[in-house]
Amino acid sequence: MTTVVTDNCQGCRFTDCVAVCPVECFHYDGEMLYIDPDVCIDCSACIPECPVQAIFEEDDLPDDKREWIEINATRSKGLPVCSEQMDPLPGAEERKSALGF
Amino acid sequence: MAEGSGASGAPWQVAIVGSGPSGFYAAEALFKSGLPVQISMLERLPVPYGLVRSGVAPDHAKLKQVIDVYSRIAEMPGFEYYGNIRVGNDVSVGELCEAYDAVILACGAEADKPLGIDGESLAGSHTATEFVGWYNGHPDFRDRVFDLSHERAVIIGQGNVAADVARILARSPQELAHTDIAEHALEVLRTSKVREIFVVGRRGPAQAKFTSKELKEFGELEECDASIDPAELALNEASAAEIAGAGNAGAKRIVEIFSGFAARPPGKARRRVVFTFQKSPARIEGDSRVRNIVLEHNVLSGAPMNQSARGTGKFMSLETGLVFRSIGYRGIAMPGVPFDPRSGTIPNLAGRVVAEGQSVPQIYVAGWIKRGPTGIIGTNRADSVATVASLVADLPKLSAAGGKSGFASLRSLLHGRGTRPVSFSDWKRIDAAEVARGANLGKPREKFTYVREMLALLA
Repeated sequence: MTTVVTDNCQGCRFTDCVAVCPVECFHYDGEMLYIDPDVCIDCSACIPECPVQAIFEEDDLPDDKREWIEINATRSKGLPVCSEQMDPLPGAEERKSALGF
Repeated sequence: MAEGSGASGAPWQVAIVGSGPSGFYAAEALFKSGLPVQISMLERLPVPYGLVRSGVAPDHAKLKQVIDVYSRIAEMPGFEYYGNIRVGNDVSVGELCEAYDAVILACGAEADKPLGIDGESLAGSHTATEFVGWYNGHPDFRDRVFDLSHERAVIIGQGNVAADVARILARSPQELAHTDIAEHALEVLRTSKVREIFVVGRRGPAQAKFTSKELKEFGELEECDASIDPAELALNEASAAEIAGAGNAGAKRIVEIFSGFAARPPGKARRRVVFTFQKSPARIEGDSRVRNIVLEHNVLSGAPMNQSARGTGKFMSLETGLVFRSIGYRGIAMPGVPFDPRSGTIPNLAGRVVAEGQSVPQIYVAGWIKRGPTGIIGTNRADSVATVASLVADLPKLSAAGGKSGFASLRSLLHGRGTRPVSFSDWKRIDAAEVARGANLGKPREKFTYVREMLALLA
């Protein structure tokens, strides 16, 4: 079991999740966040924090988002840790509205 | 060098009271602030980590890995751990304010909310805290006695603590034997006659406070079925609107999981957990000990996300010998510090303790004693970061760095009072001994459950 960031984060990167992560398992690039499954302790604190509901427990992932398990596992390894909340990406609010939140 | 710090680079002295998540995240935030600080973390038990050690359930080993983060903070230069010191008893908050530039109270919420009904104090009626502390080897609850000879247990409350209590009662001894559950508790659980565990909610399935992760576990137990009367899952209009809301995906998921339990054919497991809704305890009956509990049926009213439960005057009775109440915690007042008995918290603004609208210099709060008993481990990180932001803004105005001597000035005072501080390296000896004891039993750790045992190891 792990916890996974999915495509709703792309272009948003609100990082509300990072503020409540007890173990600093989030990594980031210019598009979105990724969870390192070897560091995450599956506490699920981040899940309700996401304004665009991008984060899922592995068991709850919709079928069309299962590829994100592998993407999180590989991408997180080479990227810097996001240890504090950052400003959302430019255009995040528009993207959030477009996603229906 | 930060503004206001001493020319010599001597640090500000900060005391953190409590060694649970909120205390450690406060320490981390102080180190990240860039101000020169020396931190003394004071803990009433010899052993650190608060509810991560004594609250997180033994079958949730992965969650306890958060301890690695805390032990890294504890090893940072500028951090000192002093266990076995009861602030408010061995040393007063006033004395801490003389020795330190600032004091952060992160001592949690250690009392349970009472039900306020007749029969609550009968033998066999317990707080969830007592049971959780007992199976987790907390010294305060080591010698509690739980009579598991009755076939039915009733748990009042539908949050994650209620879920933990229900799950530990529901699990088979084999499922727990290789966890860090305290051996004295495992021995009693091996003899448990409990077959049916009722988990009672005041409101409906859409308002249950479990996290989906905790609830799902009831579908995966080796020797226990999860059971719900499908009729109890019928949602009123306001509840249906609640779970349809975009911002309430968590509640929607909870209702889906309940529906999955209700749709299962009756199982043949040795035990079953029954979730029941819209009922409040009216009284607990019995002569010398609990014989049954009377529940009143409730009706929900109010706007979506703001529904309250009201009694209907219709009652039902459940025969039981064991009742646990798990409807929330309250903080305990700290002598010399303001306290709001209504909320069970210390009144504060952004973590600054306030009395009659005025902030009390030097004293800050973080975690459950600040905001009440809500959220999970990680929630405390954001909470402590906010408190430390207030403290860091105030510190240069409070005092010049280097003016206080910190633990150096407490040491002789504590010695004179017969208190033996336990250092972090002392804790590491206790830790290693616990792990070694566990290895003999095929467990990750066998905790010491008496303070005297812990201190004897260090003598």
